Amino acid sequence: MPLITKTKYWWCSATFAISLILLLVGGSFLALINFSQSELDFTAVLTDSYIQHVIKFSFFQACLSAILSISIALPLARAFSRREFFGKQLILKLFNLSLVLPVIIAVFGIVAVHGKSGWINQFMSLFNIDTGHYIYGLTGILVAHLFFNIPLATRIILQAIESIPSESWRLASQLNLQPKHLFRILEWPQIKPQLPALFSLIFMLCFTSFAIVMSLGGGPDFATLEVAIYQALKFDFDIEQAVALAIIQITITAVLMLVSNLWFKPQTMPSPSGNYFTRPDRQHTISKYYDLAIFTVAAALFIPPLLAVLLSGINSKTLDFLGAEALWQATAISLKIAIFSSLLSALLAISILFSTRVLKLRLGCSNLAHGIESLGSIILVVPALVLGTGLFLMLRETIDVFSIAPILVVLVNALMALPYQLRILNQPIQDSFTAYDKLATSLGMSTWQRLRLVEWPLLRKPIAMGLGLASVLSLGDLSVIALFGSQDMQTLPLVLYRQLGSYQLDAAAVTAIFLLALCCMVFYVIERFIGGKYA
Amino acid sequence: MKHATFIKKIAFLTTIITSLAIPAVQANDSVNPELMVYTYDSFASDWGPGPKIKAAFEQDCNCSLNFVALEDGVSILNRVKLEGKFTKADVLLGLDNNLMAEAVATKLLVPHKQNTQQLSLPAAWDNQYFLPFDYGHFAFIYDETKLKNPPASLAELIEREDLNIIYQDPRTSTPGLGFMLWVKSVYGDKAPQAWQKIADKTVTITKGWSQAYGMFLKGEADMVLSYTTSPAYHMVTEQKFNYKAAAFSEGHYQQTEVVARLKNSKQPELADKFMAFVLTPAFQDIIATGNWMLPAKQAASLPTEFSQLITPETSLEFSSEQVAQQRKLWVKEWRNAVSQ
Repeated sequence: MPLITKTKYWWCSATFAISLILLLVGGSFLALINFSQSELDFTAVLTDSYIQHVIKFSFFQACLSAILSISIALPLARAFSRREFFGKQLILKLFNLSLVLPVIIAVFGIVAVHGKSGWINQFMSLFNIDTGHYIYGLTGILVAHLFFNIPLATRIILQAIESIPSESWRLASQLNLQPKHLFRILEWPQIKPQLPALFSLIFMLCFTSFAIVMSLGGGPDFATLEVAIYQALKFDFDIEQAVALAIIQITITAVLMLVSNLWFKPQTMPSPSGNYFTRPDRQHTISKYYDLAIFTVAAALFIPPLLAVLLSGINSKTLDFLGAEALWQATAISLKIAIFSSLLSALLAISILFSTRVLKLRLGCSNLAHGIESLGSIILVVPALVLGTGLFLMLRETIDVFSIAPILVVLVNALMALPYQLRILNQPIQDSFTAYDKLATSLGMSTWQRLRLVEWPLLRKPIAMGLGLASVLSLGDLSVIALFGSQDMQTLPLVLYRQLGSYQLDAAAVTAIFLLALCCMVFYVIERFIGGKYA
Repeated sequence: MKHATFIKKIAFLTTIITSLAIPAVQANDSVNPELMVYTYDSFASDWGPGPKIKAAFEQDCNCSLNFVALEDGVSILNRVKLEGKFTKADVLLGLDNNLMAEAVATKLLVPHKQNTQQLSLPAAWDNQYFLPFDYGHFAFIYDETKLKNPPASLAELIEREDLNIIYQDPRTSTPGLGFMLWVKSVYGDKAPQAWQKIADKTVTITKGWSQAYGMFLKGEADMVLSYTTSPAYHMVTEQKFNYKAAAFSEGHYQQTEVVARLKNSKQPELADKFMAFVLTPAFQDIIATGNWMLPAKQAASLPTEFSQLITPETSLEFSSEQVAQQRKLWVKEWRNAVSQ
């Protein structure tokens, strides 16, 4: 049986990847548990009024963010589906990128517009109205969460609306249905099944929000569990409390994930119906005003911060700031971290998927395969800060955690990008196997030949996509680096965060646009050179 | 042919990646030995005393003195605790009287071996680990052209509803910690109620002194927590006489800023040399008009503007042992009170 002997090592790659993940996550998790068993008084922690406050606030702001995001996204998605205009596709494409845009850049844009010396306050002061410091606290956190989550929600809801077959629209038009009836009869049944999963996704993203809450929270009053973990370690050097908070955080996120997976089984997204039929409510007067209103709201939320990022980057001191050594040092560190973490996450994803496709397609164990793949998304349950705390506990007795900070950041960033990589690469890797496995085996190709001649041409595009996404995620990441960064070891987001924190808005403006340009450039270069000409 | 280009590409990528990795692991071996001093940002900044002190010390040490600037004094201690025995610091500059016992408890410090007789501090100094380099009293600073009727007591500040203030986080900043202790020493068990009232008039709580003071100067609040000596800065360097420290009838909390050296220092001789340098005129003369505090061992006479500053009648202070025991509890009390 020469065929079997050639491929009997199929399980090695996933075993390697999963062992690395388990070593990292399991090790830091054990460190947390171990610490908590010996030195932790959980009842004292849970009865502490501050911790109760933090838990309540985390829930409250996440609920509010999810509800508000969806209730703005719903009319916005309807408006998008009703209207055709120049630039619509571009906007929707940009909406797709909202999860990749470095959080701290958006935070800068929001501060530049809504902050004390921001556009709105400057404008209002013309009329002698002082709008004060409304951006620090719950308002700021909500504005930033909406900024990131409305695009996500709009995309998903729009996709649901677009899956309505054009026959239904034609029928509705013949029956002369009013907009509200259209909504109830046609749109709502498509949208409704998506909502629970959408709600829980946004809730989770906001519940574990770190960079936004840290930079816009202002004081101990507004802290999520993630921020409280950071503060317990960094401000109080209170390891017990950090561990307790980390365990509470993991428990809550795990329960939430479990609940949302059991009850709100994410519906497979219906594919768009393709041939579009103009919606009958397009010409309706009320819906015109209605769409105008919601587009205005969305424009007011999204355009000013983005404009602020683009415009305030060019100021009288731009050249001075661009010449600063710290900026270039941070750029070098950020790039190194991005390159290594994206390569590692791609390697992990490919290793896992190369094994699981054999499991799925050749051996028919798809449950086991899905189990292994979902281990790769473990970072969703163990957030970066918790992982950082665990790694710190695990290593602090044996090495200088601060001197290996870049390695830790690379590892954590790679795990953060892994769920995205798995999603991007899963189908292409499976497809290439379905199409060419039999042929390749019957030709007796060596593993090397097969990688080069079969897999690479088919996979270079999705690999480039995954690498690009992972690099941009890593370039914009502000989580564990906030714990372990220092004067000589800072990434661009950390530089930007510090400039914002010390109200050097001119310098922050330059860093923000610089980081944005760097993200675009890296993404382009990877797509172009790894993805190939037709990427 | 295709095979060759593929291998070339991989080789090319590998070269790039390894060339990126190499600088990261290269050892940093400069000719001069380096003395690492952890301090707070306003000390190390271009307009602070740091650059002058660096120049003065480097003149005859054949070394380079490097400051690592952290957000504020408490951050120095937090950082060293996080790093533990692996810390790269040789000297810690900018902890204060309140943090001494807690810092000694980390067992990372060694005695300074300097003579602390004849200092110009209000009270005698006998701590064997810490060397004082300056001192002052906390006070709220206001602009008298904007605030015509400043509060005359801490109680008035807390009770009045027309004022807003900026202060620093006691978890990261020594002025913030000082304010927390100030309120505690005046209000005792009633401190949580006082904090709740303070929370209503707080514009923001900053991580360090320089952010808070910078925001105050931009007009973001009526008063900011700083030092009785801060107005001297405006008088001497800017010839501005409108900034005043409000004198409070309950008294003012005292801060003595201190230096210590670390046990695991890789440059013990240099660190000792620096400790000996701290109380010499070369260091002390820079303090008054550099750090805008009162020198711990005054050599040259102070600028005349210093005589216009308020001098607190009562000086409040907890012992550093008391603070070490209670700090965690009191910080929790503060945190719980201001987050309600």
